[in-house]
Amino acid sequence: MTGQAVIELEDVWAGYESDRVLEAVNFRMEAGDYVGLIGPNGGGKTTLIKVILGLIKPERGVGRVMGVSPEKGRHFIGYVPQIQQNDKEFPIKVWDVVSMGRLKTNPLSNLFLSETDKAVIERSLRQMDILDLAKRSINELSGGQRQRVTIARALATEPKILLLDEPTSSVDSRSSSQMYDLLAELNRTISILLISHDLTAISTYVKTIGCVNRRLVYNGQKEITNEMLSSAYECPVDLVAHGIPHRVLPPHQEGDDHD
Amino acid sequence: MTMINQIQIMFSYDFMRNALYASLLVGVACGLIGTLVVLNRIVFLGGGIAHAAYGGIGLAYYFGQDPMLGAILFSILSALGMGLVHLRTKARSDTLIGVMWSIGMAIGIIFVSLTPGFKADLMSYLFGSLLAVSGADLRLMAVVVVLVIAFVVLLYRSLQAISFDETFSTVRNLPVAVLYLVMLVMIGLTVVVAIRVVGLIMVIAMLTIPPATANLFLKDMKGMMLLSIGLGWLFSAVGLMVSFALNLQAGSVIILVASLSYLLAAGVKKLIVHLKP
Repeated sequence: MTGQAVIELEDVWAGYESDRVLEAVNFRMEAGDYVGLIGPNGGGKTTLIKVILGLIKPERGVGRVMGVSPEKGRHFIGYVPQIQQNDKEFPIKVWDVVSMGRLKTNPLSNLFLSETDKAVIERSLRQMDILDLAKRSINELSGGQRQRVTIARALATEPKILLLDEPTSSVDSRSSSQMYDLLAELNRTISILLISHDLTAISTYVKTIGCVNRRLVYNGQKEITNEMLSSAYECPVDLVAHGIPHRVLPPHQEGDDHD
Repeated sequence: MTMINQIQIMFSYDFMRNALYASLLVGVACGLIGTLVVLNRIVFLGGGIAHAAYGGIGLAYYFGQDPMLGAILFSILSALGMGLVHLRTKARSDTLIGVMWSIGMAIGIIFVSLTPGFKADLMSYLFGSLLAVSGADLRLMAVVVVLVIAFVVLLYRSLQAISFDETFSTVRNLPVAVLYLVMLVMIGLTVVVAIRVVGLIMVIAMLTIPPATANLFLKDMKGMMLLSIGLGWLFSAVGLMVSFALNLQAGSVIILVASLSYLLAAGVKKLIVHLKP
């Protein structure tokens, strides 16, 4: 626990109007980490992302990104949102989507792409192995290809942290495993925070796992502990349903030999 | 007598030439701004701005000012008001936009009825009066077109980004709210000049039909904007000539030409997709 903190949340309480979604959340992620956070739908995953990105202010507690407030630090985050069905209809080419990663804060300075911008966009496309799709319109792409475009856009921001929201929601299992291989490779230089309700996918690839369900349980370990089971018991339901309990449950856990 | 001759005679009239110039200018503004309106799914908001402008027209009438001035003022104010509502309360913004839409109309109707005297040309703001376009109208249109072109060209990538993915743009620290409000003011100005051509009731059609038609065939925002301008010109020129030949109200004929063309294009596209595999 001596590395540089890239994301810190200290006693964060957050929600919408009368509906509190997150309570007493403490979280610390360090450079080089690859954290997977799982949780049921409605468990506060989206709210957690919004707090980290500075899109909503917590009622209580503070968040920090790269040591500063989320609003100041969020440009270090390469954000990979969940793919929405309606942006499929938006008429835009892959190159133009990825070039959004090069947007400057002053809108007037976004008139032209510099040579550096173009080189970074090309590198990001190549990293995700979609350079040949650059001139294609995004509505001609498959779910897996579109997910790669979204990750390439995040990489074009030259991020310190990649933040992925349900990255496999619209991807078939083969391209999702390819995507996780790519992420493991990216993790050599970039810290990754992956948030999903799909434990099966996450557990195989990430270095450490946490659980969000109103509260966040995260000990910087790969295994799901009893504490997580009791505080967010919807997680192990997912876990048993996917039939791979041995991978993530600690060995001393009793009564899981049904497999 | 040939077709060319007839067209020559048509445009030997000053009012017909002005009508054509007005259509061409408004076609540029509507093509650029209409594409943004369609892609941002704020057609209803555009309609709201147009109708709220009537409040300004009524007030200007009552106080003996130029109605266009009132329309500009009200459309900008309502654009900013609706924009703030839209940015703050995503969920119910359509309700509040509907309310502002009606308030504008109500103010307009009340002040028009309070104004004594002859006011026949008030109808022209509702249904357009393309054949009555003056030199001053053309100058106002030219100013708006220059502003709209500068806005779209200078901010193209930022506008594309906020239209495509507002959250990502916010995370990149683009001033999303400011860009959004400026875009709405540009919509307001475009609506005002388009009112001259087709009237405030049909402004929505002028903003949406050319981009919707272009979007059937093009999957790129820049291409959509350029083709929308071309289509706007085509619809207006054809509509104008048909209305002259048949002695019908110009704005309405333009909208019908546009709508029929859209339906035709959608049919042609269906056919192409059907025949392809």
